[in-house]
Amino acid sequence: MTATTERPSPSQGGDADAKPARRGPTVGPAAQIGLSIVLALAVGAVLIVASDEDVRETARYFFSRPGDTLAAAWRSVSGAYAELFQGAVVNFGADSFAQAIRPLTETLVAATPLIAAGLAVALAFRAGLFNIGAEGQIIVAAAVAAYVGFAWDLPVVVHLLVAIAAGALGGALWGGIAGLLKARTGAHEVITTIMLNFVARFGVAFALSTSVFLREGRNDPISPEVAPTATLPLLLGSQFRLHAGLLLSLAAAVFVWWLLSRSTIGFQFRAVGANPDAARTAGISVERSYTGVMLVAGGLAGLAGVSLVLGTEGYLTGGVSAGLGFDAITVALLGRGSPLGTVLAGLLFGGLRAGGVAMQAGTGTPIDLVLVLQALIVLFIAAPPLVRAVFRIRTSGAVGVGQISKGWNG
Amino acid sequence: MELELRGVTKRFGTLVANDHIDLVVSPGEIHCLLGENGAGKSTLMNVLYGLLRPDEGEILLDGEPTHFGGPGEAMQAGIGMVHQHFMLVPVFTVAENVMLGHEQVRGPGLLDLEASREQVRTISERFGFHVDPDALVEDIPVGVQQRVEIIKALARQAKVLILDEPTAVLTPQETDELIEIMRQLKESGTAIVFITHKLREVRAIADRITVIRRGAVVGQAKPTDSETDLASMMVGREVSLTVDKSVSEPGEPTFSVTDLVITDARGHRVVDGVSFQVHQGEILALAGVQGNGQTELTEAILGLRDNIAGSIRLDGAELVNRTAKQVLEAGVGYVPEDRTTDGLVASFSVAENLVLDLHDKPPYASGLSYRPAVVRAEAEKLVKEFDVRTESVERAAGTLSGGNQQKVVLARELSRPLKLFVASQPTRGLDVGSVEFVHSRLVRERDEGIPVLIVSTELDEVLALADRIAVMYRGKIVGIVPGGTSRDVLGLMMAGVSEDEAMAQAQAQPEASPAGARASTQGGQP
Repeated sequence: MTATTERPSPSQGGDADAKPARRGPTVGPAAQIGLSIVLALAVGAVLIVASDEDVRETARYFFSRPGDTLAAAWRSVSGAYAELFQGAVVNFGADSFAQAIRPLTETLVAATPLIAAGLAVALAFRAGLFNIGAEGQIIVAAAVAAYVGFAWDLPVVVHLLVAIAAGALGGALWGGIAGLLKARTGAHEVITTIMLNFVARFGVAFALSTSVFLREGRNDPISPEVAPTATLPLLLGSQFRLHAGLLLSLAAAVFVWWLLSRSTIGFQFRAVGANPDAARTAGISVERSYTGVMLVAGGLAGLAGVSLVLGTEGYLTGGVSAGLGFDAITVALLGRGSPLGTVLAGLLFGGLRAGGVAMQAGTGTPIDLVLVLQALIVLFIAAPPLVRAVFRIRTSGAVGVGQISKGWNG
Repeated sequence: MELELRGVTKRFGTLVANDHIDLVVSPGEIHCLLGENGAGKSTLMNVLYGLLRPDEGEILLDGEPTHFGGPGEAMQAGIGMVHQHFMLVPVFTVAENVMLGHEQVRGPGLLDLEASREQVRTISERFGFHVDPDALVEDIPVGVQQRVEIIKALARQAKVLILDEPTAVLTPQETDELIEIMRQLKESGTAIVFITHKLREVRAIADRITVIRRGAVVGQAKPTDSETDLASMMVGREVSLTVDKSVSEPGEPTFSVTDLVITDARGHRVVDGVSFQVHQGEILALAGVQGNGQTELTEAILGLRDNIAGSIRLDGAELVNRTAKQVLEAGVGYVPEDRTTDGLVASFSVAENLVLDLHDKPPYASGLSYRPAVVRAEAEKLVKEFDVRTESVERAAGTLSGGNQQKVVLARELSRPLKLFVASQPTRGLDVGSVEFVHSRLVRERDEGIPVLIVSTELDEVLALADRIAVMYRGKIVGIVPGGTSRDVLGLMMAGVSEDEAMAQAQAQPEASPAGARASTQGGQP
């Protein structure tokens, strides 16, 4: 053998210190989400300014007195965001303590179904499925729970439990259909869940026009009130709308955490989601996992529907879900598919919903802004390079929207 | 044209894939780039071909510093590359493929296919390629497809030809033909960069050898150096290329496959009437070129395939029409061909991967409850036993090197009592050190009296391990021969020649295949 010049082999990480960082500090996933929210609020501010009457008025003489425009812009933005915050968390101008914390309870009320439905999407993500069908699962569950709630006559406690179980079961079956179709025929869950959404929405709309569901003496699609025995109890007395549905959602989050990290079934779900080929080779039934996870996901979305009809609303209408099942997708994305993340994201979006109402009432800024903010937050999280470029940071660890949403091509 | 790389450095994040690499390739020279998988050979060639931009260093052509913005510019400058995975359009003819990307036109935008045909004919004749310009690429054998890639490069006036692991997909005979072609190209003045990790080929063809390890050039070697020397240079320590194994003591034939027919989704019979037996305490190797039904056969054993006729029996129990779970529970250990897709869940921890098949059985689970602490403790033990190099069992399996990933798969499959062990391409893409380890474990299983079935496309591996060799060709078993059978015979059988005829041919023309013959006299038979 000829000259073997033995060189110290380059270590696989040692050069990191020697090399100057090309861009600022490295930032973890949580901070990335925080920065995405900041960025979304900044873009939202531009929209508020652009839509504000005062600002447009003062902008007409911008070049003679630019201060006026800037002052008006600041007023509109700070006013809107202050109202948004006060409407979502604490109302500082309130007369009583109850009034002051009312916004917080409203946030929790709005977050309750978002968390449950968000979990439905997040769990499916973890098994590699994109559950667009939370909307339909919510509607079906709401219809079933409402029916049990107003049509059946059962003792206290039992009635509520039966209604909750029936609703969750309805949602589970609705989700399970998509899972079974995927497992048996390979039909893509995105297609089937979207179609099932239509079936659920118009099916329930039809049911509401029949004597089975229609409230006596009414022509518009509205069901009878749910019996008091089947109503979720209020948590903080009759002053507030906050009901026990929140506990259901939080319990669901704990359940999903257990399922994913401490159960054999969850292990299978995760394995199938991360690599179905390896899972199959290791003897895990991919088909059964698909059906199973959609059953559970449907049940979770069902809890959202249950909370709506047995708690917040007290009756069934055609618009019971109002697009909540789609907000659930953004909640799950923001929550990175984890139970805790989904709870936090649900709280944030619930706050935006509750605060948005106050903002519209207080400053006239349209509540649509809230939807724009929600969309922008997820958009920025989905496109990390954008956030990196704006804040000149390096990111460590993918936030994971791309990763968990790979169900699209599966 | 002389090509020189000077101080080329390429980093991916903190990983230094190429560390100040110097390399000179002269006209009429075959320069071998020898290194293990992951040593940085392909990265270096991608830098050279303009696919990657070097962080430091420069590329010189005839002494002139050059800079390639992309493969187009590299091709323009006279650099041609034959990728490991061919870049051909299957439904196009050879001529169409050759002109793809630099189409010649005639008149108002009409393709001048005749010019391309003529080009293919000329080059084909000059080097004796025997390529029909009008054949569809999907209809011609892999070896010929590779020649089409070479024609593509030559048609673009390549002065430097880069061949990236060109022999991985070839039969031994096709490899010999390729080596002959490389010699002719060399004589015509082409500079050739030959990337490989196969020592036998390097010694057969190279004029100069540069050995790369962990991204850096560790030295030059001569073709006359022994395989053991080359291997230790490549790995960085002493290695043994032969497997230490005693004569097998076969027991009962507890595993048998009878008249197995597997039909694929398109209705083709990918496995066509295969029968064989594996005895206890015996290694049966299924040799053959990739894609002759071996993959389907092993998948069928594990219960991953539909449309199966015939019988697969283990200890008298039928395995056909059982689920993968049932087959595993029947005592089958299975190392899949592609560990990254079928063997491991890359984002799962090493510990989780180690119990992928047993996660729902005690002690790892009680009822529905999964017990991470128990899994972790068991994983610590297995990682030690199988020498998996990882800083923690909590690390994602995808971050480990190929060798360590394969050890995780092996550890998992060998961690329960077995009645049959099936390993498909057990050492594909592994460094020499890991190959040693895997081979010794396979032999150990055999010595414990377990029937072992190995599928391999590497003759070296087959010869090193097998007690008997079954050669597969187009879904059928051509013949089953004893372990020490010569390379020439096996090579002919891999091309579909029957056992007797292969024996006769190999004896009649011992000089017919120079590299093969040389290798079988010097080569690593156990």
